[in-house]
Amino acid sequence: MSDAIEIVVNAKVLRVEPGVTVASALLNNDHHVFRRSTTGEVRAPVCGMGICYECRVTINDVAHQRACMVTVEHGMRVDTGSAA
Amino acid sequence: MSKTRQVVVIGGGPAGIAAASAAAESGARVTMIDEGPAPGGQIWRPAVHSHPPLAAQRWIVRLNATQADVLRSTSVVDIERRNDRFVVVAESSGNGREVVADAIVLATGARERFLPFPGWTLPNVVGVGGAQALAKNGVSFRGKRIVIAGSGPLLLPVAAYLARGGAKVLAVAEQAPLANVARFAASLWRRPRTLAQAIGLRSAFARTRFSTGTWVAGARGDSTVKEVTLTDGRSTRTLACDVLCAAFGLVPNTELARLLACDVVGGAVRTDDAQMTTIAAVYCCGEPTGIGGVDLALVEGEIAGFAAAGVGPSEHLAARRAVHRREAASLERAFALRPELLSLAGAETIVCRCEDVRWGAIDQRWSARQAKLYTRLGMGACQGRVCGAALECLLGWPADSVRVPTQPARSRTLIGVSLANHQPNEQGAS
Amino acid sequence: MNGARRSDAIVVGAGIVGAACAAALARDGWRVTILERSFASSGTTSVGMGHLVVMDDSPEQLALTKYSLRQWRELTPTLDRRAELDACGTLWVAEDESQLAALRAKRDLYATADVATEVLDPRALSEAEPHLRRDLAGALRVTNDSVVYPPGATLGLLDDARKHGAVLRDGIGVEAIVPNGVRLASEVLRADIVVNATGPWAPRLTPALPITPRKGHLAITDRYPTFCRHQIVELGYLTSAHVMTSESVAFNIQPRSTGQVLIGSSRELVGWDAQINREILRRMLQRASHFMPRLGDLSVIRCWTGFRPATPDKLPLIGRWDPIPGLWIAAGHEGLGITTSLGTAQLLADQIAGRVPEIDPAPFSPMRALAAVHS
Repeated sequence: MSDAIEIVVNAKVLRVEPGVTVASALLNNDHHVFRRSTTGEVRAPVCGMGICYECRVTINDVAHQRACMVTVEHGMRVDTGSAA
Repeated sequence: MSKTRQVVVIGGGPAGIAAASAAAESGARVTMIDEGPAPGGQIWRPAVHSHPPLAAQRWIVRLNATQADVLRSTSVVDIERRNDRFVVVAESSGNGREVVADAIVLATGARERFLPFPGWTLPNVVGVGGAQALAKNGVSFRGKRIVIAGSGPLLLPVAAYLARGGAKVLAVAEQAPLANVARFAASLWRRPRTLAQAIGLRSAFARTRFSTGTWVAGARGDSTVKEVTLTDGRSTRTLACDVLCAAFGLVPNTELARLLACDVVGGAVRTDDAQMTTIAAVYCCGEPTGIGGVDLALVEGEIAGFAAAGVGPSEHLAARRAVHRREAASLERAFALRPELLSLAGAETIVCRCEDVRWGAIDQRWSARQAKLYTRLGMGACQGRVCGAALECLLGWPADSVRVPTQPARSRTLIGVSLANHQPNEQGAS
Repeated sequence: MNGARRSDAIVVGAGIVGAACAAALARDGWRVTILERSFASSGTTSVGMGHLVVMDDSPEQLALTKYSLRQWRELTPTLDRRAELDACGTLWVAEDESQLAALRAKRDLYATADVATEVLDPRALSEAEPHLRRDLAGALRVTNDSVVYPPGATLGLLDDARKHGAVLRDGIGVEAIVPNGVRLASEVLRADIVVNATGPWAPRLTPALPITPRKGHLAITDRYPTFCRHQIVELGYLTSAHVMTSESVAFNIQPRSTGQVLIGSSRELVGWDAQINREILRRMLQRASHFMPRLGDLSVIRCWTGFRPATPDKLPLIGRWDPIPGLWIAAGHEGLGITTSLGTAQLLADQIAGRVPEIDPAPFSPMRALAAVHS
């Protein structure tokens, strides 16, 4: 991945393929904790098309973004695992 | 000549592309609003760094040849009626905008139907189309052991797609009985191209076990899904896997139609010969009028686009639509859901994933609204799109009412441009 | 109730007021039947904010809200998690010096009424609620106010009523209230007393009641557990609530125990039109983001409307309705029905039992409606 870009996931730098969604970048790095459900369960993408809202993460400090609908950008900060 | 008609097409799948093209070619000023990063919708979604499928390219070329304005990665969150016109409120990257329309074409597509079973909330339990969408958006399933268990004509194409991407598809389980699936397969003889596709698909994962009359009984795992149990009602088998794809057909996206008070019967938006809904100047085409597939969506889209632009009907298109509608009806019968699927959830199984409402918390004598108020069922961010469609099957509960915002939206988007720069000074009598 | 025969009471309406009245009467020994045309907590109770708040539009209102809050505190140990009780307190915020003066007057009034408060200067306010705009003049924290989820609290009250023998019959519409009874579609139910607790619909059964539906809008966000800690209300809210002649919006925001943020409020007199009025919704959200600029970034997941049972003098109608033997009224609570449900029920039960209520019931007598007509 010579043309990889960097995003920051939970304060850790991750090199990811450009053009993919945030959901893809996380899953391809074996990152399965997207959000915590109201009773604390770990949740990750289900529908892949913006319907189910299970993949909500915080992107650049804006909470509740659908990771499956946002394309990664260099320097993007992604925070996962919060209550949503 | 009268003033140019402003047509807003919502949705950029086949129906939306056809509608936008037809309307723009007929002289309307067209804005197509789509949630995806590029037109194509779910079925024509291009993979990252790749082109849309060949079938799509002809249509996308046609769309690009028009003056239609395409708003990408943009979600419609409200349509407000103002006198004879509509104000469509949309949001992109957190920024709101409003588009005025004389006519609306709803081409909002469909979503997958998910049914609750033990373990369905584990990470890596995804939809069938969901897995394909994730793959096309860059998820690598290379080397992953995948079980596909659900229903509908999507199972085999997705299995083939994932297998071509290097996944090990261990099993494909179709809940419909063999007789139904065979009848559906036989009907493909009438469409040789589709049959050739189906045969091609099968060869891509020739060693995969394809079972009919088989469905998922449960999944287990810890941080992600680790194994799935399939059953045919008599025996069960448990497979270790990395990913489970489980979805049971498609559900029309009718939220915007219902927001506009269009008649929706049996989950499908009612339309007339010109694809107009029961609300004047609101047209609907493709899956929201009843699951029918891409060919029907294209025809309905064209008819809707022409009509929205004020052009009369074409007999040729109407005839093609009739043919595709018959095919759609046979599809629906073939993949009817078996009753066993409606009792997979145990008392502890979560039904509403947004609010973690468990099956055992729901009293079946309640109304849907009562369940919502008493348990928070359907109160979360997906606005009941997942649990609502499931409970419609499980308990016959009708879909909840639809209000603004039709999907979560920043409050600043709802405040809108009209007031954004206005200095408020109001309280009470001021 | 003494004696061998237990007397029958019918409570019409299983909103929070009806549920509270049923519980109070059942505790007094009445054999209570609650009739609900839909399901418990399906009307105004299901659409309100659930702010348990001391309000001082009038001395009577102050007395009733304060009395009710004390009962909520007594009830607290028995409330289950469905009630989602959160003792978050209320912050009344002042925008400028003149409002600050009004705020101090409120503090003084509350001090004489023994309601615990604390004045926050701008710095303390910023610390307490970092997302409020920085140029506010100050705030009054009312320490013992809190928040509940009204349907959950109502279900708890109904459980309490049932424990004392009450029976809830839902899906039963009352067609008319008759002397010592009610007429249903196919039968007449007899009772020693009937309580009309049907909120904004009360005039349908008791036409002379001066209750008007006063529409409100609310919006709720996704989860932002640290966005605000108190229910925060602009001082002008009271004006908004008081003035009946025009439509109005006022900043009134609530942290839910779920981490969600509930945003209000609006008031309109438009009959029973439940449609969301986009212009009102815009103004309401705009007003809220005027006080909390970051609110614009919050994701709103749902909006809805509801109808408050409003009365001309802003006081509920609680007490005997002389024209119909056996009929008592507990309705017309405008936007304070959740708070005052408990006080209402006690006030009513005391009067029915012939006890002297702890607060003066006279200002709440529904008979004042007839007096107003005849005067």
